[in-house]
Amino acid sequence: MAFRALKEKYRSKVGEVVLGATKEQGGTRGYTITVGGESALPFLHFEGEIPNRPVVALEVRDVAPVDWHACFSRYYGDVFADPVAWAKKCVEEFAADLIVLRLEGADPDGKDASPEDCAKVVQNVLAAVECPLVVFGCGKPEKDNKVLPAVAEAAVGENLLIGVAEQENYKSLTAACMVHKHNIIAQSPIDINICKQLNILITEMNLPANRIVIDPTIAAVGYGLEYGYSIMERARNGALQGDSMLAMPMIGNVGYEVWRIKEANSSIEDFPGWGEQEPRGILWEATTAGALLQAGMNIVVMRHPKAAALVKENISELMQKTELEN
Amino acid sequence: MGLTGLEIFKQLPKTNTGDCGFPTCLAFAMALSAGKTSLDKCPHVSEEAKEVLGAAAAPPIKLVKVGTGEYAVEMGEETELFRHDKRFYHPAAIAVLIKDTEDVAACVAAFNELEFERVGMHYVTDLVALQCASGDAAKFKAAAETVAANTNKPCLLICQDAAVMAAAATAVAAKKPLLYAATNENYEEMTALAQKLACPLAVKGNGLADLSELVEKITKLGHKELVLDSGNRETAQVVADLTQIRRLAVRKRFRPFGYPAMAFTTKEDSLAEITQAGVYLAKYAGLIVLHANKKAELLPLLSWRQNLFTDPQKPIQVEAKAVAIGDVTPDSPVYITTNFSLTYYIVESEVEASKVPAYILPVNTGGVSVLTAWAAGKLTGDSINKALKENELEVKVNHKTLVLPGYVAVLSGNTEEVSGWKVLIGPREASGISKFAKEKFAR
Repeated sequence: MAFRALKEKYRSKVGEVVLGATKEQGGTRGYTITVGGESALPFLHFEGEIPNRPVVALEVRDVAPVDWHACFSRYYGDVFADPVAWAKKCVEEFAADLIVLRLEGADPDGKDASPEDCAKVVQNVLAAVECPLVVFGCGKPEKDNKVLPAVAEAAVGENLLIGVAEQENYKSLTAACMVHKHNIIAQSPIDINICKQLNILITEMNLPANRIVIDPTIAAVGYGLEYGYSIMERARNGALQGDSMLAMPMIGNVGYEVWRIKEANSSIEDFPGWGEQEPRGILWEATTAGALLQAGMNIVVMRHPKAAALVKENISELMQKTELEN
Repeated sequence: MGLTGLEIFKQLPKTNTGDCGFPTCLAFAMALSAGKTSLDKCPHVSEEAKEVLGAAAAPPIKLVKVGTGEYAVEMGEETELFRHDKRFYHPAAIAVLIKDTEDVAACVAAFNELEFERVGMHYVTDLVALQCASGDAAKFKAAAETVAANTNKPCLLICQDAAVMAAAATAVAAKKPLLYAATNENYEEMTALAQKLACPLAVKGNGLADLSELVEKITKLGHKELVLDSGNRETAQVVADLTQIRRLAVRKRFRPFGYPAMAFTTKEDSLAEITQAGVYLAKYAGLIVLHANKKAELLPLLSWRQNLFTDPQKPIQVEAKAVAIGDVTPDSPVYITTNFSLTYYIVESEVEASKVPAYILPVNTGGVSVLTAWAAGKLTGDSINKALKENELEVKVNHKTLVLPGYVAVLSGNTEEVSGWKVLIGPREASGISKFAKEKFAR
């Protein structure tokens, strides 16, 4: 019985989404980033094209985070209070492909920043870095529905990626992305049917499918990662088999999820059996990201610069073309 | 490539003796085809039929055992490519590399420490991989004996010189080590050794085509306890190879690849190494050999393994029993949640982090989350009352106030009525517990 490689023939491929716009394209970015486009399962170069590598974003906040572990002060302590300097540092020093700006300051229970102030922060960050930008609201739908349209308008032409749209709350953000030409993050609660349904709803409002990025909701290793992992695998299989409403690139908020769990934050004094905190946290983040990359994630949002570096190295190795004998 | 019930039926005696436990040969054939029984239940089947049916009925990937007793490691018997179709069975074994030129006893002692308690589960690293770096038969043999004497866990012996391997493997053969590896150069001697000692044998090819030929040569010699290594080491190529091995075994029943596969990490830096190992874990490695030996490094990998190998068709539950977090007193608060393990452990983690000792009462909802349980009528005033009673909360604490998850605030009236306990509405998300506890219960 002679060996013959088994190569899948897929009917379709993942759609491409372009993030950012250069001067010629009506924006001010130094470069754009294209995600998606693969016609094979993750990193299986032997049976299809994987034209764009997954990209690594680092997370920046508009207000200094109060609940981040002290280990982050070493990297971001000097820039925590200044999102512009923070974003520059992520790009210049930590080699982020792009920046995720989370507008925590908009939270009505926190600083309650006005939509205008939030939009100003976005403009300032855009002026400081030349990479494409992802913008998240504060997570409270009523407020985000005011903030995100203001951001979309202020950054017209920049082709941002803005999130999040949810099944119960997608219209105002979809409209804003339509009018001001941005991309949208469609978030579903670990449910492939809602994921698909939301994409249908958004495209029915005439935002093209190639302007949607799926956030299927993920969790950290040890906290139900396998659920998000399987949703991503199923969505990616669906995309390759021709389901156009699952054929969008996918994003995962890895850093955010990992750094809220105790395994990343607890000291060795509190859990002597678990070893040193910082390498444990870094690996928790890198392992979570590495797992989801195998399920099809295209945009990885990280927090710890060392974890981000590990994941970039992992991606570049996985992007090396492989050969099978036949 | 499984056979249909009728194809199997043709090979059976058709005597309907019922000795197999099924009323007719046809019923038995149908059950065989569905994988619900095994051929050895039929005492009358001919040798010829056994051969034909045995090959078709065998699992696509053979079960291979390393070691003996409680700590024996089982690999193989996988039937799937994606865990959402059906579960992955045998969690990938993790082997930690030790060289015979190191202080072996000290390294094994450190290895023995690599066990973890997390979310009510016990995680372990599975094997010592002892590498012959000295090239010296006596030294390798002594090191193997040291490993065998100092850990109950099985061992993987790494040496491609069959004579050097023979000395060490013979010395510890009773512990059934995995011998690594048979290659094109040494496979006759290595296979003979593995057969003589009844030990499993790893096969290292030079790419997949070469590997498949080498496996066939070895199985012709009569040894079938094998573990496969394509010989490649670049991350992307290893992923491609492991994927092909699994696909060909499962989809095509390609016999030379019907064995568990293994992978070696290549990174010097242990953080990069764990990241690489996490990829091989996802992509079908049955055994991963790595250097990393610190707790902080292995815990994330073992936790990922635990996630990957859960059964996707079965919500994981915790026992519906009140749990005391911290140094509880009769004044401690009582949190209600459900026995869906994900929900429970997130709540547990947050209650722990609040540093306010408390009881958590996971109500038996059949392992579904708070909102799902509420929607299905499984989290109700009655079920909460039942849980309070069964766990004797009124004896454990001297107050009658419970904290209800914020999402099911709607249950508070009914709960107060049925149980007589006062309800305090907690936060919607577990992440709010810490703040909540500090505001309500900190003294």
